[in-house]
Amino acid sequence: MTLSSRQLINTALLAFLALLPFFTDWVGDSFYTGLVARILILAIAALSLNLLIGYGGMVSFGHAAFVGVGAYVVGIGTFHAFEDGVDWMMNGYIQLAFALLVSAVVALTIGAISLRTRGVYFIMITMAFSQMLYFSAVGVETYGADDGLSIYSRSDMLGLIDLNDEKSLYYLIFVSLLLVLFLMHRLIGSAFGNVIRGSKSNEARMRAIGFSPYKYRLTAFVIAGTIAGYAGFLMANLNDFVSPDMMHWTRSGDLIIMILLGGMASLFGPLYGALAFLMLEELLSSIPLTIGGLHVGEYWQLIFGPLLILVVLYARNGVDSFLPGARKGS
Amino acid sequence: MNWLLLLEQILNGFQLGLLLFLLAAGLTLVFGIMDMVNLAHGSLYMMGAYFCATFTGWTGSFLIGALLTLPAVFILGVVVEIVALRTLYARDHLDQVMATFGLILFFNEATRLIWGPIGLAIPLPDFLNQTVEIIPGVPYPAFRLAIIITGFLVAGLLYFIVSRTKLGMLIRAGASNRDMIGALGINIRLLFTLVFGLGAALAGLAGLMAGPILSVEIGMGESILILTLVVIVIGGIGSIKGAFIAAILIGLIDTVGRSFLPEILDLILPSQTAATAAPAISSMMIYLLMALVLAIKPQGLFPPKGVGQ
Repeated sequence: MTLSSRQLINTALLAFLALLPFFTDWVGDSFYTGLVARILILAIAALSLNLLIGYGGMVSFGHAAFVGVGAYVVGIGTFHAFEDGVDWMMNGYIQLAFALLVSAVVALTIGAISLRTRGVYFIMITMAFSQMLYFSAVGVETYGADDGLSIYSRSDMLGLIDLNDEKSLYYLIFVSLLLVLFLMHRLIGSAFGNVIRGSKSNEARMRAIGFSPYKYRLTAFVIAGTIAGYAGFLMANLNDFVSPDMMHWTRSGDLIIMILLGGMASLFGPLYGALAFLMLEELLSSIPLTIGGLHVGEYWQLIFGPLLILVVLYARNGVDSFLPGARKGS
Repeated sequence: MNWLLLLEQILNGFQLGLLLFLLAAGLTLVFGIMDMVNLAHGSLYMMGAYFCATFTGWTGSFLIGALLTLPAVFILGVVVEIVALRTLYARDHLDQVMATFGLILFFNEATRLIWGPIGLAIPLPDFLNQTVEIIPGVPYPAFRLAIIITGFLVAGLLYFIVSRTKLGMLIRAGASNRDMIGALGINIRLLFTLVFGLGAALAGLAGLMAGPILSVEIGMGESILILTLVVIVIGGIGSIKGAFIAAILIGLIDTVGRSFLPEILDLILPSQTAATAAPAISSMMIYLLMALVLAIKPQGLFPPKGVGQ
């Protein structure tokens, strides 16, 4: 089997990510393992969102809500285990099962209503639903309201892996990313993926050949929501903390930015996008330039905002268009 | 139930509703005519408040400050339209959402750079900074009353412009068929720029009126932006009438709901549960309303003819 130069770059990136904890061990600075772990979790969420936006043409502006739902399941479970001594709620497998189940049910409910609408209305209604979840998290005093919940102990995986070990957690996240990439690859190539993509490019024709796009779109919405919920499960364990802020509409905006920065039409795009997004944040906010007593890095969004506009206007496919073998046009 | 409190809350609801309408009117026109999602509309509202705080500080008078703010925000809107947004009309909604999201980041950060991270206050002149008795024995802040009156006047003026003037005719024609009025020899670029500037000025007006009540701070545009989007989606994108009705509806439901929902819930739920659930449910109510409206009428309450295929 020969690899194209693009596949080589992708493989090199994955190999680098696989070896990262050893590099940081070698440098003696584990800060970057944590940072990259966060990037990979966001990449998982962005990958799931790309199924909707990039392949399905459904611009969902509330995807962070599912991440929040998954994270809150962990937070609430740990809270009851500590406050009320309900030990089984610490069990990582039960937490995981509930994180997936609850985010799937929430996605099914939101999707069933939202997918009746089109275009701008769909953008707005998904945003509205995520704000509803955001406000309900803000409103519930028991679970910390505005301040969120601290997670005193990470999910207990019964000795199979120890999430308190940063390296084990990193590899859980990395392997999860590989699985999601593989799942997306299979999904997009399947008959199901063809219907989703076909409904994006020509809905009338899809109907004419006998497919009702609604069911397929709803299924895609639930799959994407569930994967995002899984990302939330990982995020809660990485941060030891959940808060309503995870569900705020601007977090959903961040996920869309990642997809856009990475390039929508490619499988690896969201991964590159998540890397680019957080690297840009790190880089721009540490610009060592001082003009008239003002530290430029402190105002990094002043540069990032216009940069985003430029990407939208002139580099439609983001990082993807700079990689070899990029599709021209569109 | 306390009837005086209810009356006061209804007035507050109208006041919030009219502020929302000022924002929604501009946004729904931009949406309807140019088919453009502009998330940065809330930033223009914020700039209105900041400009007014600065001008009021310079001149020492809120009224002069307010009068200077309107053309300033109009010009800012025109500049933003020409520099950043003009090229986006032909793009899909995703691109527009992202580019205007970038504008929000830019405006927030620029504001923090220029005015600093701490919020500002807009001092009111004495005649607005008092209470008047709307009916004997019921005092109400004069400034809030002024907002309600201004809001209704502007709504009336806008109705007049849109339905009775040449400009309004072009706006309506633009909303129903852009290409056709372009073909008829109307300078559609200039029309778009004017409409955007007008929308910006209305957002600025809302901002300068909200400034003295709320605080003038970074991010003030975002929370109200979401409310405004809810308003135009419920009203039907592109419809000024829909925006007006939905804005008042949202203003009333949000304000009255927040103050009376705890009492109502207390009647049906155990008081412990009611006390916990009330704040969450009252901030969710308008989103529930929106979900309900869209589930029944996916195009909003008043979908304008010709748009929204």
